[in-house]
Amino acid sequence: MSSDSCAGSIEEGDALMDNERRKFLKIAGISALAGIGAPAIAKLTTTAAYAAPQHEEAAKAAEAGAEEDAVSGKQYGMVIDMRKFIEQPELLDQAIAACALAHNVPEFPPDKQKSEIKWIWKTPFENAFTEESFTHLAKNIEEAEFPVLCNHCAHPSCVRVCPTKATFKQKDNGIVAMDYHRCIGCRFCMAACPYGARSFNWEDPRPYVKTYNPNFPTRMRGVVEKCNFCGERLALGQQPACVEACKGSGAMVFGDINDEKSEVRQVLAKEFTIQRKPSAGTKPSVFYIV
Amino acid sequence: MIEKILKGKSAYWIWLAFLVVFIAIGAACYVRQYLFGLALTGMSRNVSWGLYISQFTFLVGVAAGGLMLVLPYYIHDYKAFGKLTILGEFLAIAAIIMCLMFIMADLGQPLRGLNMIIHPTPNSMLFWDMVVLLGYLSLNVLCGWVILTAERKEVSPPKWIYFFVYTSIPFAVSIHTVTAMLYCGLPGRHSWLSAIIAPRFLASAFAAGPALIVLACLVMKRVAHFDAGKKALDKLSTIIMYAAIINTFFVILEFFVGYYSNVPGEVHTLQYLFFGLTEHGHVYNNLVPFMWTSVFLNFAGLGLFAYLKFKEGTDVMLGAACIMIFLALWIDKGLGFVLGGFVPTMLGDVVEYYPTANEIGITVGIWATGFFLVTILYKIAVGVEHEIE
Repeated sequence: MSSDSCAGSIEEGDALMDNERRKFLKIAGISALAGIGAPAIAKLTTTAAYAAPQHEEAAKAAEAGAEEDAVSGKQYGMVIDMRKFIEQPELLDQAIAACALAHNVPEFPPDKQKSEIKWIWKTPFENAFTEESFTHLAKNIEEAEFPVLCNHCAHPSCVRVCPTKATFKQKDNGIVAMDYHRCIGCRFCMAACPYGARSFNWEDPRPYVKTYNPNFPTRMRGVVEKCNFCGERLALGQQPACVEACKGSGAMVFGDINDEKSEVRQVLAKEFTIQRKPSAGTKPSVFYIV
Repeated sequence: MIEKILKGKSAYWIWLAFLVVFIAIGAACYVRQYLFGLALTGMSRNVSWGLYISQFTFLVGVAAGGLMLVLPYYIHDYKAFGKLTILGEFLAIAAIIMCLMFIMADLGQPLRGLNMIIHPTPNSMLFWDMVVLLGYLSLNVLCGWVILTAERKEVSPPKWIYFFVYTSIPFAVSIHTVTAMLYCGLPGRHSWLSAIIAPRFLASAFAAGPALIVLACLVMKRVAHFDAGKKALDKLSTIIMYAAIINTFFVILEFFVGYYSNVPGEVHTLQYLFFGLTEHGHVYNNLVPFMWTSVFLNFAGLGLFAYLKFKEGTDVMLGAACIMIFLALWIDKGLGFVLGGFVPTMLGDVVEYYPTANEIGITVGIWATGFFLVTILYKIAVGVEHEIE
């Protein structure tokens, strides 16, 4: 507004000034609202734009009569052979230790178990498979410790509920990944995960990291974390740390479960496997030979 | 109109000072939590939401409860609520601000809160909850202020405001529906995975919100010469009764589905909440006394309301009935619903949650802030009322 017009309105009296000011406040208010809302609207519309072709693809796949969801791209997965783990229980300890070292997973003292962080851990059959019958369980299964970890589901409920896309499904390999820098720590994903695979940094985890590994970031407090299928190692052409720790035993087989020729698919074709909580509809990518 | 909050009797100032003490305690507790982290709470990876989110859930209902005044007055032209709609709107403002405070208290990284807007995610119900809560808050601020200003000038409110008043009606329903959807869309949490959650939330909201408004009216009758009118209070108590009965009916239905079907997932949480769950020889039952208190207060409150329908009662009796219903629903939704949903854990264990003193301090501080807001907002509303008399 030029100084001239300002002076003019003052001369015309207070009432007009009031009106002008009111108008200005209205416009300022609306612009402020628009300013806050604009990024959200811009983001939403652009998402819709690039989502459209995907919908077309899906529609084509449906037309082709595909019974299952259109299988596209890689989906890393794992077969856990409990026969091997029961034979050699020390393998699982090695796998857990390798994971903790690879990812700076903290270990809290017994009086701070409330803050514990778990990526892969041991649990009895009845806890791993809450939907299976365990009334008259075979002795060796009853005493066994099962490894449990993130299932990197095909339809992850944690990703569905995350309000910031801080947890997301990687398009090129199906890994359910975390962006520690975007997570606001609302813990909606922890309520949503049917496998209890997620942990929250209730306090600064760094003092409790046993051996610091400079190749992987430590986390700050206030964010959620979980198994990442060693995305950082896969990028270097290595196997996940837990799988490598059991190398040669065949206790853990890792690979692309969408690739018929992969080792993991050949094991799946040969052995009867079970998944955790199939009724949750999440399509877990971790399979167990019991 | 804001100047009205600056003039009051000594009782008014003592009450505000009393609340400020708790607000200060809450703020100090929050600083501690902010500096150290949420490890200062009783939450863990097994019970990952605690008092904050359960209070949030309950208060969304209190906010939505204002609908029971706005709807009869604006849609059905029920004149007796004329003086009261503003109380419903102002209560909604305070309740939603409390909701937002509880959410902020619960966030691990509160400074990143704006990520919800920078990275909007429509598939997350939390995103939609933010949208409807902020929308409902703005609508109530706008409608409350414009209508009260008109009332003060003794003119009828501008026509355009009715558009926003009518919009606020579906918004009130939506805030509690979307809040229910935070819970009832999660696979694996059996006690939440029920299509009856949203209607149950609404029913309890339509009892708890009006109960608080009746209480406020009774208090203001004594301390501020504000008379809501017998007709209005009678109608409100009828509304509270029906809503509380419908809520009770829904809870009984949950019991039937659980115990008759005998599906473990449907039974476990109810068993834990009302009778205690035994695991490895240990009985976990820390919420049992609360839940039975809730049941008792619910039926006693309903009984008292029923008595007041047949016999002439006193204000104290009406107030007592409202307190009973309000507390019963606070325990039911503000404790049992959220905390019970985490039992058993996703791996079938039972882990109990005990809030810490620091966490309770923050919770009380936010409640005190809410009472503070309600007090000053109602001071304005009643002040305007007296001015035009």
